[in-house]
Amino acid sequence: MDDKDLEILRILEDNSRLSAQEIGMMICLTTVETEARIQALETAGVIRKYTAVINWELAGNGEVSSIIELKVSPERDYGYDRIAERLSRFRQVKSLRLMTGTYDLQLLVTGRNMQDVSRFVSEHVAPMDRIRETATHIIMKSYKENGNMLFEQQEAERLPYSF
Amino acid sequence: MRNFISERARTIPPSGIRKFFDLALSMEDVISLGVGEPDFRTPWNICESSIYSIEQGVTSYTPNKGLPALREALSNYLKQHYGLTYNADNEIIITSGVSEALDIAVRALVDPGDEILIAQPSYVSYAPCVTLAGGKPVPVECTESDKFRLNPDALLEKITRKTKALMINFPNNPTGAVMNRKDLEAIADIVIDKDLLLVTDEVYAELTYEGSHIAAATVSDLWERTITLNGFSKAYAMTGWRVGYLCAPKDLCETILKIHQYVMLCAPVMGQVGALEALRSAEEDKNNMVNEYRLRRNMFVAGLNRIGLSTHIPEGAFYAFPTVKGTGLSDTEFAERLLKEQRVAVVPGSVFGVGGESHLRCAYAVSRKQLNEALARMDIFLNSL
Repeated sequence: MDDKDLEILRILEDNSRLSAQEIGMMICLTTVETEARIQALETAGVIRKYTAVINWELAGNGEVSSIIELKVSPERDYGYDRIAERLSRFRQVKSLRLMTGTYDLQLLVTGRNMQDVSRFVSEHVAPMDRIRETATHIIMKSYKENGNMLFEQQEAERLPYSF
Repeated sequence: MRNFISERARTIPPSGIRKFFDLALSMEDVISLGVGEPDFRTPWNICESSIYSIEQGVTSYTPNKGLPALREALSNYLKQHYGLTYNADNEIIITSGVSEALDIAVRALVDPGDEILIAQPSYVSYAPCVTLAGGKPVPVECTESDKFRLNPDALLEKITRKTKALMINFPNNPTGAVMNRKDLEAIADIVIDKDLLLVTDEVYAELTYEGSHIAAATVSDLWERTITLNGFSKAYAMTGWRVGYLCAPKDLCETILKIHQYVMLCAPVMGQVGALEALRSAEEDKNNMVNEYRLRRNMFVAGLNRIGLSTHIPEGAFYAFPTVKGTGLSDTEFAERLLKEQRVAVVPGSVFGVGGESHLRCAYAVSRKQLNEALARMDIFLNSL
């Protein structure tokens, strides 16, 4: 991993649809070199996946997202790892993080509607061993996701020329 | 009725591209590479702190030199980033942009008939500022074969008994040229030997893509005979805030301060508050913007060379300076036809003085998408010639 690799990652994180040729031009590498580096980063598991940031509200999809906080009793020898990995396997869990503070694990869970989410929490998450407490927060509206603003911003006008 | 206009005001040329300006404004769908300012918004932390200060009633004059906290922060910043030593109490003046700093510096130096050397191509206001102060601007050409750096021999050639000062701007607008330490040492020898003063406009210092910026006042013994100008516009995307600064040894600074007191009183307080926040918390925003400019530069310059407009790689600022030699058109004809036929606005290089002719200044401070579209249109234009 060198500076060029890091630059490729930053560029792809911002726009994963750019071609190897375009990226190569930006960081002074040939297309072939750039392709090889991207492939190596994929193979090494540094690049996990290429996705899109979608404003689902605009897309007319009424999915419900919620943040779920869990208090968990850690296991001897494993800490939080086993239970976290177990929870991660659920399709409904979009993100899962171990946190400092008043609770331990934080889940981002999505479902078709409120019932869907609450059924998932009450049937699958809450009864799981070692989970002491759950708190579910429904997301009302997203303003920013992964560094991207989801609201319209006015373009500021610029002069056609200035020195 | 008499003609009331002074001869000085009458004889300075109007800004070279007025007609382009009007033409571009009347057209739809123009991609403008003519703008010498960042396309980014000012980082929000800067805006937010300035808005808050207005809400708190911080709306009055500041000390003439500028807010003490800003000068203090700036003094530390200059030391850390460039190894420049300027005392916050008496060697720094906060100005309304570098434009004002340049004007008051020149006014403090020039007596009637004094010659002021200007490394050109240069920013458009240098020569008129000298003329308005009663001096004689003398261009020193920086040529493409020297990568648009100031050549010591070319400098020597222009020095006369009347020469008082040299004005330089690196990283350069419009060429993107940068002077390294060795280049500056050669110039320093001459400036010291001929007992000249150096005015160095380093507003693009942060936009240096290879290595780090060398502040002229840190080279040889130049400090005692240098006025350093810089500002927040380019590095922090703060053009409209009008905050620049001037640094000079105490005695010189005191004299310049008199002029600043009379013509400007102080720089706008909300701008100064924003500038202070920029120094405190916008380092990462700045680095992100600079990195983006670097990516665009690489992409855009490669693109210009690919479509047949030969372009050296600019080491600083955010301008590419391709040559139009070989197209059969002058820079002005090229720029005018490109605007009319393909709706891409660029600035003819001759606007920037000697050495600029046959070149175009293309600012790559626009989105990558627009740069690609501009390249495509320029390609069509070139093929139509």
